[in-house]
Amino acid sequence: MSTIFETFKQRAEAVSAEVHRFPHKSAAVDFVVQYLQSAGVADSAQSYAVWADCPFLAGVDKDKLRERVPGLSFEVTREGAAASKVGISQLDWAMASTGSLIQDAAPVERRLVSTLPPIHIAIVETNRLLPDMPAVFSRIRPEQTNYISFITGPSRTADIERVLTIGVHGPEKLIIVFVDEMAAVN
Amino acid sequence: MRKEFREKINTALQNPNLTGALGRFSEAYRVSREKAYEGIDFEGVRSQIADRKSHAASHLDELADRFTEMAEARGAKVFRTNDPAKVREYILNLAQQNGVRTIVKSKSMASEEIHLNPFLEKAGIEVRETDLGEWIIQLAGQTPSHMVMPAIHMTKEEVADVFSDKVEQGQAPDIPKLVKFARGKLRTKFLSAEMGITGANIAVAETGSLVIITNEGNARLVTTLPKIHVAIVGIEKLMSDFADVVPVLTALPRSATAQLLTSYVSIISGPVPNTDGTPKQLHIILMDNRRTEMSLDPKFKEALQCIRCASCLNVCPVFRLVGGHVFGKVYTGGIGTILTAWFDALKASDEIQSLCIQCGNCTQVCPGKVPIPDLILELRRRLAVEKGQPLAQKAIFSVVNNRKLFHSMLRTASLAQKPLKKDGFIRHLPFFLSEMTEFRSLPAIAEVPLRDRLKEIKQEPQEEKAAFYSGCLIDFAYPEMGEAVVEILNKAGIEVVFPEGQTCCGAPARFSGAYEVAAQNATDNINALLEQDVAYVVSACPTCTVALKQDFISTFESLGRTDSIPRARELAAKVVDFSTLVKKLVDEGRLTFKQGQQLGKVTYHDSCHLKRTLHVSQQPRELLTKAGHEISEMYEADMCCGMGGSYSLKLPEISAPILERKLKNIKDTGAPLVVMDCPGCVMQIRGGMDKSGAEIKVEHTAQRLAKDLD
Repeated sequence: MSTIFETFKQRAEAVSAEVHRFPHKSAAVDFVVQYLQSAGVADSAQSYAVWADCPFLAGVDKDKLRERVPGLSFEVTREGAAASKVGISQLDWAMASTGSLIQDAAPVERRLVSTLPPIHIAIVETNRLLPDMPAVFSRIRPEQTNYISFITGPSRTADIERVLTIGVHGPEKLIIVFVDEMAAVN
Repeated sequence: MRKEFREKINTALQNPNLTGALGRFSEAYRVSREKAYEGIDFEGVRSQIADRKSHAASHLDELADRFTEMAEARGAKVFRTNDPAKVREYILNLAQQNGVRTIVKSKSMASEEIHLNPFLEKAGIEVRETDLGEWIIQLAGQTPSHMVMPAIHMTKEEVADVFSDKVEQGQAPDIPKLVKFARGKLRTKFLSAEMGITGANIAVAETGSLVIITNEGNARLVTTLPKIHVAIVGIEKLMSDFADVVPVLTALPRSATAQLLTSYVSIISGPVPNTDGTPKQLHIILMDNRRTEMSLDPKFKEALQCIRCASCLNVCPVFRLVGGHVFGKVYTGGIGTILTAWFDALKASDEIQSLCIQCGNCTQVCPGKVPIPDLILELRRRLAVEKGQPLAQKAIFSVVNNRKLFHSMLRTASLAQKPLKKDGFIRHLPFFLSEMTEFRSLPAIAEVPLRDRLKEIKQEPQEEKAAFYSGCLIDFAYPEMGEAVVEILNKAGIEVVFPEGQTCCGAPARFSGAYEVAAQNATDNINALLEQDVAYVVSACPTCTVALKQDFISTFESLGRTDSIPRARELAAKVVDFSTLVKKLVDEGRLTFKQGQQLGKVTYHDSCHLKRTLHVSQQPRELLTKAGHEISEMYEADMCCGMGGSYSLKLPEISAPILERKLKNIKDTGAPLVVMDCPGCVMQIRGGMDKSGAEIKVEHTAQRLAKDLD
């Protein structure tokens, strides 16, 4: 796992994503909380954070999180996401060869939190890391979901004078958080 | 060629922003593309794509049915039509029925193909392109200059001016700020639009899925926020199986933008919930617009293997000079010329097809293995059939095919120039011929053509014989190259014969679309060259070699003359290019180089047909190295020199700057000598060197090696 993780990290960083890895869920929760606090998430428009429901949240005390981070919401609406600074979601797979994340994105809130806010925190289980595209395509099931998303780094353009510019219509920052052990530690 | 078209070319050539940006990009692209493909078996991937896309092109109807069935079972509405007008009406009706006032679009070439925006705008609907480049040119009222980078021709200052004029005063030419400005302005459109329109990069029949690839994230917003999603899909995007997505997704980002993967890939297989919980209306329009007709054409079916990466534009020596606006159509570059001929009309490709110099660069990088230069020649042929051959052209070909007359005419023209002749060059020509010598000097015509000079050479009779095929340039302008070939083969114990009945190889006729002329040339040459029993038919001109080895057969195939093909194949089997034959003779120990020579620096220019059609590039380099030369590789050694046969006569304004680049790259090596295998390249490069006053010697490999072999 560690060489393929290194490959993932190198490829994801090459496209301007940040990559972090934690052994337990509680460490990951602490990281996210601290990140939201330092990013200036607050209970005011354009400074909210929205967290789309996901397996990672099972057993996590959401009320406690909301206390620690005012402005954090688990009810994802279009207006809420559009007024947020950070969106958080869990993704299903990671692909080392290109540093990409893959998600069943049919539930709209999963897309709202990863498209509208300028920062996207993406949580993924370390054992969901796959080596390459054939491995990913043998696992994703278009017959079972109407919307599958691949995300590789933040949104980008080179449309003006071919100068690479990060952050166009989607997030300008992608923070990837790997969690080795997903069992709830509360 | 109309004056307006020439003017368009000249306007483009004189636009330093355009040629500067495209030139720098094409240089950077070559390097970054290679890096993106590291660890990937490109030949393997593109074989897979070509195979799967070709399969799809043979089963379009079946795949469209299957796709429709699968997508509708999931809740999408699929509308299939051949008629662009019906696509526009469908979308307008849908918009009107749902009270749509604003539409946001992510990039869709298919929608550009049918001029959807002006149609909807005329009906009072606001249509916003959201891809940054597309938005810029929409605001500026222009058309895309490049399929992947639509606004590559504009500077940040021009973009700032467009934003200031059309959106909000006071925008500074600062790229990050301009991007942020676009984000803010378009965000409100995304949130308020009632309909989103996208294209699709792949439509999978097996699962009814659309695959949409973007970097900016606009397609995700377009397919998420508005309650109606319309996808306009050209039916050539259909592929059979979900597994077919893998090779396309492997190649498309790498070839298009040298990325391992774009920021976003969305695979949509049915309606998803809207933000208010209602199900989204998903309409998929399968647009034919003559694609089925194309798939039934045995030649042009291959064009449906295109995955729209635009790499053919990025490596094209002509595109990087003139950009996309010269094409005047939605699809640009080599593939754009072919698509325009079908989606618009054959006639619409009449002028733009002449831009192709037939260098074959695009065939090296095309992930769909589309034989673009061949298809452009086929367009030329069909245009010639449709229009009839121009009278002047007819007259020229009839002279070219009469060898004695052709030589005496060239010789007379050359003699008439005697006062202007210096060091074997013609520097100026009178009247209509003057543009031939505007940017390079032309060789003087030899007093005695090779065919007559060879009779004077005493050769030992040998068992093993080779027939020499000279081609026009060596016969009439550079007989010394032919003599060098004879000298070398004699050293190896091979007697060289010169079949008198040989004539022009037919390449000029073929490149002009005059296939009947080319076929007559083929027949005459086959008869002449197969008359005597020889071990080899050798040529020192790569274009002629390709004609003898491949084009005779394909010309007959194009004309349906199957009975002529067996003899063409018989000839093809004996044909070999000069360097390949000499390399073989050296390897067999039948030729040896003078011992211990240190000949200093030399640089080698790869001729298009030798490198890319005959796949010969190492042989001449190895021979030169063995002889004692030290090869100093030039930048873009295998880039066209701008000669392209009669191309340099038809489009001297494009040929000249291509040559200029080549001369610079040669000079930059510091080598006092440049060697090449093609007399046409020698003519172009030697002429250019002479005109620029450089002291660099330009030699054909045969002449060079004749001095180096023992």
